[in-house]
Amino acid sequence: MVPLDELTAVYHRTSGQTHLVAAPVPEILAALEGAPATLDVLLARLAERYDLADPDPEALAARLAELETLGLVQRR
Amino acid sequence: MKHIFQLRIGPVGFRVGSDWRGPVDAVAALYDDYPKPFDGIPDFNVRLFAERPWRRVLRPSVMIGGDYELPDAAPLPLRLGLLAAEMGMNLQMALGQRRYLLLHAASVERDGRALLMTGVSGAGKSTLAALLMARGWRLMGDEFALVDPETGLVHGFPRLVSLKNQAIEVVERAAPGARFGPLQPDTPKGHIRHLKPDAASIAAMDVPARAVAILFPSFGHAPDLRPVPPAETFVRLTQASTNYVALRERGFHALTRLVTGVPAHAIDYPDTEAAIEMVERLWEQSA
Repeated sequence: MVPLDELTAVYHRTSGQTHLVAAPVPEILAALEGAPATLDVLLARLAERYDLADPDPEALAARLAELETLGLVQRR
Repeated sequence: MKHIFQLRIGPVGFRVGSDWRGPVDAVAALYDDYPKPFDGIPDFNVRLFAERPWRRVLRPSVMIGGDYELPDAAPLPLRLGLLAAEMGMNLQMALGQRRYLLLHAASVERDGRALLMTGVSGAGKSTLAALLMARGWRLMGDEFALVDPETGLVHGFPRLVSLKNQAIEVVERAAPGARFGPLQPDTPKGHIRHLKPDAASIAAMDVPARAVAILFPSFGHAPDLRPVPPAETFVRLTQASTNYVALRERGFHALTRLVTGVPAHAIDYPDTEAAIEMVERLWEQSA
């Protein structure tokens, strides 16, 4: 992951694809890197690191589903 | 093949082979003082050959091939043999280059610092590069800039500058002492005349440079200069690269390093004088 400006470039080794993503995606990916988590644990992690205006588990679940479609996160 | 010429352009060695003498003689005449491939071993082969044996003499048409080929490439008439050789070398680079991140960009250098110019065909990058060379810049290349993924430095590829249509006369006027190839009328891209890079540019072809500015020129508009943010520059340059995907993570790191370290601007220009003035002014500001 390389921050460019308001967008961050993400290289996905498995697929060889490059993604340009905006907040909160880089933050979510960083919070999950090397440390798998449940939805609640992830939300707690993000709340700890950032000032979340609205810590909404449903919104986070929706973002995770999008990232799962892209292959950037895996559900276990 | 019957007729052969070997040369090196920047770090890349070529062996151009042809069924006919004409194209090889034309290449040899304009690349006469270019070095030979490192250790005599070319990186790429270009083959100019007849579609059928009898087409070597009867209405000769030149097929372009080599290590990498496009299956549906159309042949060119023999009178455009020089163009066929140039297209053959470009094709090998575009399809086969794996050592450097290849950007479809012109580059010029001054004081060890390089300016990259990229844009769609017709944006004027070859013309601007040729005019800047006439004003004392070192021409690193009008078609491909090679970014070394290890160092981030730009390596030149100073092949013949391909001038098209109105640009031919503009550059002939600006560089009366320069060496040009024969006019090649009525090519698939209009009239083409090749310009040989000057002696200083050829002599320095092995010297890489650090990129300090990226420009996206656009011809035919009122003068305008605006910064292009890194993410947009990144997207534009992935589109301007033929091997970004093939280089995988090395390409990603080379390109993100370039766009986060080097400011980019889009310039619109109504005529070449205005463009040169904008480039020189921008250069002074970035110094």
